[in-house]
Amino acid sequence: MTTTADEKRLNPLVKIAQSRRLQSLTILGLFVLIFAVFAVLSPSSFLSQTNLEGIGLSASQVLILGAGVTFLLIAGGLDLSVGAIIVFSAVVAAKIMAGATAALEGADRLGWPLWGPVVGGALAGIAVGTLWGVFNGTVIVKTGIPPFIATLASMTVILGLAQVWTNGLNVSGAPSELQTVFGLGRMFGVVPWPIVIAAVVVIVLWIVLANTRFGLRLYAIGANPESARRAGINVGRYTVAVYALVGALAGLVAVIDVARFTTATVNGYSAIALNVITAVVIGGTSLWGGRGGMGGTIIGSLIPATLTSGFVILGLQPFWQNVAVGIVLLLAVAVDQYRRRKLSAQ
Amino acid sequence: MSESESAAAAAAASSGSRNGAAVPALKVTGVTKSYRHVQALRGVDLEVRPAEVHALLGDNGAGKSTLMKILAGAVSHDHGTIEVNGVEQNFAKPADAQAAGIETVYQDLALAPSLSPGENLFLGREIMRKGLLGKLGFVDRKAMSEAAVQQLQQLGARTPTSHVEVEALSGGQRQAVAVARASLWGTALIMLDEPTAALGVAQTTSVLDLIRRLRDERGLSVLLVSHNLPDVFAVADRATVLRLGENVLTTDIADVTSTDLISAMTGGRSLGDTAEASASAHADAPTTPKDQS
Repeated sequence: MTTTADEKRLNPLVKIAQSRRLQSLTILGLFVLIFAVFAVLSPSSFLSQTNLEGIGLSASQVLILGAGVTFLLIAGGLDLSVGAIIVFSAVVAAKIMAGATAALEGADRLGWPLWGPVVGGALAGIAVGTLWGVFNGTVIVKTGIPPFIATLASMTVILGLAQVWTNGLNVSGAPSELQTVFGLGRMFGVVPWPIVIAAVVVIVLWIVLANTRFGLRLYAIGANPESARRAGINVGRYTVAVYALVGALAGLVAVIDVARFTTATVNGYSAIALNVITAVVIGGTSLWGGRGGMGGTIIGSLIPATLTSGFVILGLQPFWQNVAVGIVLLLAVAVDQYRRRKLSAQ
Repeated sequence: MSESESAAAAAAASSGSRNGAAVPALKVTGVTKSYRHVQALRGVDLEVRPAEVHALLGDNGAGKSTLMKILAGAVSHDHGTIEVNGVEQNFAKPADAQAAGIETVYQDLALAPSLSPGENLFLGREIMRKGLLGKLGFVDRKAMSEAAVQQLQQLGARTPTSHVEVEALSGGQRQAVAVARASLWGTALIMLDEPTAALGVAQTTSVLDLIRRLRDERGLSVLLVSHNLPDVFAVADRATVLRLGENVLTTDIADVTSTDLISAMTGGRSLGDTAEASASAHADAPTTPKDQS
């Protein structure tokens, strides 16, 4: 029987195929190592609750966005416009909240007169982010323009519109109650809300990606869109859905940001799209689609923040973080590419 | 009773409602198709009997691909009728052909390389978890994997099925996964497009085994689109040759030689000459007719 020969040939290839898990484990090991080094060198400062919370808070944005971008990269997409969507959504949310707050000047600000507009502004911010995501996905599906160019263009357009609308000025005036209760508040007085939200988003999306038909089909679409199409999957609809998901998460990040600072920052977030892609790719998700997972993204999101805080505590320049993350990114992509060549060569 | 007859009877019995083996699995009558001024099909007749391997032969441009696309529902025909198990069908989209029981294995296999064989078998038609989780969209990977193992074993393909990406499989194993997927869903006809074109000798043998099992053990009809005459002589029961958009020859494989088929494909000889041609070709033909016992 010829299959025995086939099976012998398979063994080394199986090992290569499993190297995605190997990559996740390697990156987990790297994270543990980094964490351990800082913990040993400066246990009192690095392991303090304040510092760990700081790491969590600064990683929370990348975590939330990274959860969506993991879906997107697995489905073979890419989105450079998340930073612009955050700015636009934050402006929408802040304008609604600030308007309501100003209208209530001098009146009794407690209860629904205040929280109604706040919740409305938050939902509007998320909805607008979702719509921009739908816009991105629709442009890509309908025109066939590569995601890199399509979202580069939409990034410029969306950011430009936000700047035109605000004259390039930050939008302040969201109610300070939002900041005290939520932005700087803690769930049960213990865990900061942004960290709680990031954790909930990541866990829910992890379950969806790993267990549901939606997740499975995204892997299939990223691996081979034509095979998905022939299997009767509406590839266009799934593509629009993942861009919408990323847009919604960008809106969520915008709302959290407004809640923390009571202000929509127009000139921030220029690098966040790339930071998020970096975190996701470091975590072992393939830039070529079809492979990846949420576990790696969590670690990939935590590494930059951990390095920054560790370097600061040790008195080193925190900018070394950029150098280190860049090198890890290069290695991660090189490993992915090597594995792909090995597989397709046989 | 010959092997193909008994398999046909088994297929008829398994389908229950059919009276004997008289109703063809696929009957194409007078199908035409034009692309602008080019007439790709000029009225093609094709009949695939239950549980037979039927080879569809033809030179480049003969209309094989167009006919395949029509039968797969990817392209709609202009005139003529298509009957599947005696029921007339009109395919507006690939899902219609699938619903009628026709599954296609394309030359590029259309597998998702980073998914497991089980996930590939059920792609687009996933097995869902029972109860609330299923309603929430949770898939049952274990059930899909087990069904894939069973399906591949039935076809005699020893392919590692769980926790392996399809990309890590050999060409023959990938072909087995694609054929297993088709046979899992196809109830009337499996169309195979050049299934051995990319394979070595040993892997070709196992794919041909696979095709025989589809017919003999599953009672399925197979339409084998191929350039490879040794393959055709090895597995096919009958063959139809297309040339310039028309069927020029339909024959039992046992009655012809590769020379006959080649001359039909190229139009090198008129059909009236075949008896004489085959008589002289039999002596030096490298391939012997299929043993029917």
